[in-house]
Amino acid sequence: MTDIREVSVDELRHLVSDRAMSGETMLLNMGPQHPSTHGVLRLLLELDGEVVVNVIPDIGFLHTGVEKTAESKNYQQAEVMTDRLDYLNPMGNNLTYCLAVEKLTELDVPPRAQAIRVILAELQRISSHLLWLGTSALDLGAMSMFLYCFRERELVLNIFELVSGQRMMTTFIRPGGLWRDVPVEFEATVRDFLKAMPRRIKEYDDLLEKNEIFLDRTKGIGILTKEDCFQYGLSGPVIRGSGVAHDLRKKQPYSGYDLYDFDIPTHPEGDVYARYRVRVEEMTQSLRIIEQALNKLPYGPVRSNNRKYVPPPRSEIGVSMEALIHHFKLWTEGFTPPAGHVYVATESPRGELGVYMESDGTARPYRVHLVTPTFVNLQAVPVMSRKHYIADLIGIVGSIDIVLGDADR
Amino acid sequence: MSEHLQNTITRIQARNHVEVEEFRGEYTVFVDPEKIQTFMLELRDQHDFNICMDVTAVDYYPQETPRFHVIYQLYSMQHNVRLQVRTRIDGNHPKLDTVQGIYASANWKEREVYDLFGIHFTGHPDLRRMVMPEDWVGQASILMKS
Repeated sequence: MTDIREVSVDELRHLVSDRAMSGETMLLNMGPQHPSTHGVLRLLLELDGEVVVNVIPDIGFLHTGVEKTAESKNYQQAEVMTDRLDYLNPMGNNLTYCLAVEKLTELDVPPRAQAIRVILAELQRISSHLLWLGTSALDLGAMSMFLYCFRERELVLNIFELVSGQRMMTTFIRPGGLWRDVPVEFEATVRDFLKAMPRRIKEYDDLLEKNEIFLDRTKGIGILTKEDCFQYGLSGPVIRGSGVAHDLRKKQPYSGYDLYDFDIPTHPEGDVYARYRVRVEEMTQSLRIIEQALNKLPYGPVRSNNRKYVPPPRSEIGVSMEALIHHFKLWTEGFTPPAGHVYVATESPRGELGVYMESDGTARPYRVHLVTPTFVNLQAVPVMSRKHYIADLIGIVGSIDIVLGDADR
Repeated sequence: MSEHLQNTITRIQARNHVEVEEFRGEYTVFVDPEKIQTFMLELRDQHDFNICMDVTAVDYYPQETPRFHVIYQLYSMQHNVRLQVRTRIDGNHPKLDTVQGIYASANWKEREVYDLFGIHFTGHPDLRRMVMPEDWVGQASILMKS
């Protein structure tokens, strides 16, 4: 055991103003264990009375070394860790990882698998936005929102349990397709959800849109300009809340998003309220995408037939010698993509989720780097919160939808 | 390959000594580490690559010298194209000029590379550990290959 080194004020000297040194402003530690930091985020605040002078975010409390661990796993095994990154968006993380593997190996995914992927990713977006809406409204004092949002999120998690047997850490999307086809009840269950949701979204609107306290605490708070967004590389609802119609589902479509008709909600104000509106409207758009995908859900296989990379179905193993060999090889050695590197980005509920993957031609990835939206978006918190009250900081941190597992990896 | 990317690559090749690589439709340019700042500035101001999505590194020890590649993922919002910029850095006191003055998003990303690879970014205003604990003892940079 080594002694824990005490971090002195001198090391943070360059981050705070001279006024903090003379005692004119106060340095206050918020977190890592604080209910409004949604996990373990530490914010070192420099305060002038109740007004925020500077915020110094400190992350890494959930650092699990995913990138290093991935280097010692084969491609199928490393996927399991992507669920645990952004624990509100496991389907989207799986999808991004699989798209990277598929780009590296030039695998084709059957249309049915593509459509189911889109349905699941959009359901995940709704569930993530619901959790965001519930918790960030709770931060601002709207207690009942939390209960209602969790009620609806439960419906989505039930669908995930139905298809994959897991509610959160699904690993359902696999390189080359899906783990298995969805059960027969899937379509009816999703349709029930589609039927129930529009009314529920209306209920949320009724609860918050006429709530004076909520409006006062979100309008004009935490303003981000377009230039800030570009400088800090922000993406997702944050940039759309600043009036930039940027959505990778439209701009660089993947998994057949170009087949569906949907809008990109944008609001030009750039404040907490605009981000809230963007997310709520996105839920409606996601419902539209799911409905279209369900209506034209094609029949057919859900996994690629390329046996070099994709394991054969269980039914083939008993009757085909080759299938047995492929199965054995794929689950003991794994597969070996050609050497090279790819960067794949998708639109996660929080913004651009990228996977940089490098292969050296062996069965294990040489380097996997995850470009996560929370890490990028958190960097803009100081810009947003300067000159606001400390109570508004809670709303601002909530408005970028942080998931610390996503930031720390 | 999009027209904008084609033009960009032709123009930067005319003015700088860069290697260009293509894999799966993605374009990578290799630049000298000394020129990284001027090169990035040129890409941002003259070729509309206004967003730096990511800065990361890969360690090629022991099979390659110089051992590190630092990788920048640039994106042009206006033209909707991506470009990867790479630079090779020697493993002996690895250091590189910071680009955080050009892209603010590189600030934390460079801190992360410093933390996990031990690459020093000269001119960086706040080069502290990003994700590892400040009192971390053990292998100094965990993503280095041994």
